Amino acid sequence: MSNSLFGKRSYDLIAFALLAVLILVVLPLTVDVFRLNLVGKYLTYSFVALGLVLCWGYTGILSLGQGVFFGLGGYCMAMFLKLEASSVANTKIQSTPGIPDFMDWNQITALPFFWQPFHSLIFTILAIILVPSILAFVLGFAMFKRRVGGVYFAIITQALSAVMTILIIGQQGYTGGVNGITDLRTLLGWDIRTDSAKVILYFVCCAVLLGSILLGRFVLTSKLGRILVAIRDKEDRVRFSGYDVANFKVFIFCLASTLAAVGGAMFTLQVGFMSPSFVGIVPSIEMVIFCAVGGRQSLVGAVAGALLINWGKTVFSESFPELWLFAMGGLFIAVVLAFPRGLAGLVTDQLLPRLRNGGSGRAPRISPAPAE
Amino acid sequence: MSSSTDFLLALEGVTVSFDGFKAVNDLNLYIDKGELRVIIGPNGAGKTTVLDLICGRTMLSSGSIKFKDQEITGLKEHDIVKRGIGRKFQTPSIYEDLTVFENLEISFPRGRDVVGALFWNRTPEIIARVREIAETIFLADHLDRLAETLSHGQKQWLEIGMLLIQDPELLMLDEPVAGMSVSERIKTAELLNTLIRNRSVVVIEHDMKFVESIAHRVTVLHQGKVLAEGDMETIQANPKVKEVYLGH
Repeated sequence: MSNSLFGKRSYDLIAFALLAVLILVVLPLTVDVFRLNLVGKYLTYSFVALGLVLCWGYTGILSLGQGVFFGLGGYCMAMFLKLEASSVANTKIQSTPGIPDFMDWNQITALPFFWQPFHSLIFTILAIILVPSILAFVLGFAMFKRRVGGVYFAIITQALSAVMTILIIGQQGYTGGVNGITDLRTLLGWDIRTDSAKVILYFVCCAVLLGSILLGRFVLTSKLGRILVAIRDKEDRVRFSGYDVANFKVFIFCLASTLAAVGGAMFTLQVGFMSPSFVGIVPSIEMVIFCAVGGRQSLVGAVAGALLINWGKTVFSESFPELWLFAMGGLFIAVVLAFPRGLAGLVTDQLLPRLRNGGSGRAPRISPAPAE
Repeated sequence: MSSSTDFLLALEGVTVSFDGFKAVNDLNLYIDKGELRVIIGPNGAGKTTVLDLICGRTMLSSGSIKFKDQEITGLKEHDIVKRGIGRKFQTPSIYEDLTVFENLEISFPRGRDVVGALFWNRTPEIIARVREIAETIFLADHLDRLAETLSHGQKQWLEIGMLLIQDPELLMLDEPVAGMSVSERIKTAELLNTLIRNRSVVVIEHDMKFVESIAHRVTVLHQGKVLAEGDMETIQANPKVKEVYLGH
């Protein structure tokens, strides 16, 4: 039986290597810069899916509010870029030069205090990591210590994403409202809108993503990862093994949220804006679907799920825009009913065993596994 | 009411009521170091509730529970475990998605905070200890098996192993031989004899043969109160006990 455990670990590494080759070599060589930038955008969603593997797939905590954390990361990045784009020279036609354009349109005459520190890139990077983890900590601590879990947690996180959207849209003068923060130009003087910048940012995003997968793998293969599985399995029993379950849940929820925020920051850098449409209930649920379709117990699977669905969304909605949502809903239901372990489960449970038993004739079908 | 004692565990004036129904009513119970105490009583007498109270699963309405002369009422379950109280549940309660090895490793009493678990190092000492325990519980050849694939009896043994590796000073067992075949029962009784060495044990059991074979002292609970307490013979001769429990 130890064979199967070893086998599973080596599948993980093979899948990781395939994904790395796909996003670092195959895609950059075969698609144009526009499409590559799109792939980069999809990859930012996969950070959220990674976090969901940790907290949903392994620990059983379903969060329907990951868009909030994605958005927080994205907004932190956007605030920095916006301040840089709003230099006095760039904004001299405004009634108050030197502040972001949407503030000027909303009759705000001075930069609000909480915008001030975003002049500093170091502060911004810290904020991208700390702001979401602090929010996740407060929320997680309040709920998990009181042993609120399961569907109640899902509902509260969903409410959070609704609240956050309303807050952002309502505070238009401070947040850019429904349009979000747009017209971002440079990062420390480096124009992020050019093709070469987009390619570089794509590779940065890939590197951070692969690093995040390795981080997730480290967590899941440590004893902490096994405790998470134990919590999902028999939360009560874990307490009687001497563990404070709430602390572990808070930790993994914070980690998942931080990953989502890093994804959000990479999104802003590559796409060039951030808006409340990535914060609300719908995107939060979409991200759960990416994770479920890819395989909620597989880090690489979740990335593949995010890539595949978004690629499908782009292709499909170019031809049948109004049908896409139905197609995605149908796909989600199909996956939950037929393949609860998602694509990754399909590969490891169905395809690979059959390939082994069925001889080498069908072997080439392994390779396109992560994303065709 | 509460006084300082030499007992390992002392319950004094413990009452718990669920919506006015007193499941446990002004209960006093003292367990000595190294003692093996069996609690018997008819259904609904409050036996399992007493264990739940001691291990922090149920909050008591009034009274005091002292372990090693320290108040443990109000502590969280994991804190009580850390002080040295272990509990075996009625149904086998193990982590089915983990292997036998991992089940035992998780129960090893170290690295119980987030950081300790994240940077956990499977030292030779831990591996040796896990193997030793696995040997004792007849699962040495099944270390890499997923726990869900074990038989019912093996699951019970695994849980006993998880308690062994946890090494509690006070051990509470809730019907440890319920639902077992005769041969499993014999092996389990053997295991329990290993388990109860060098520690205090509280056992809830219905099987009177089993009780006779292990009991030092017996407490009979009835309607949340102690009906009688003493050695097995005294209890069996007690007319009140006969009436409410042994008679039928």
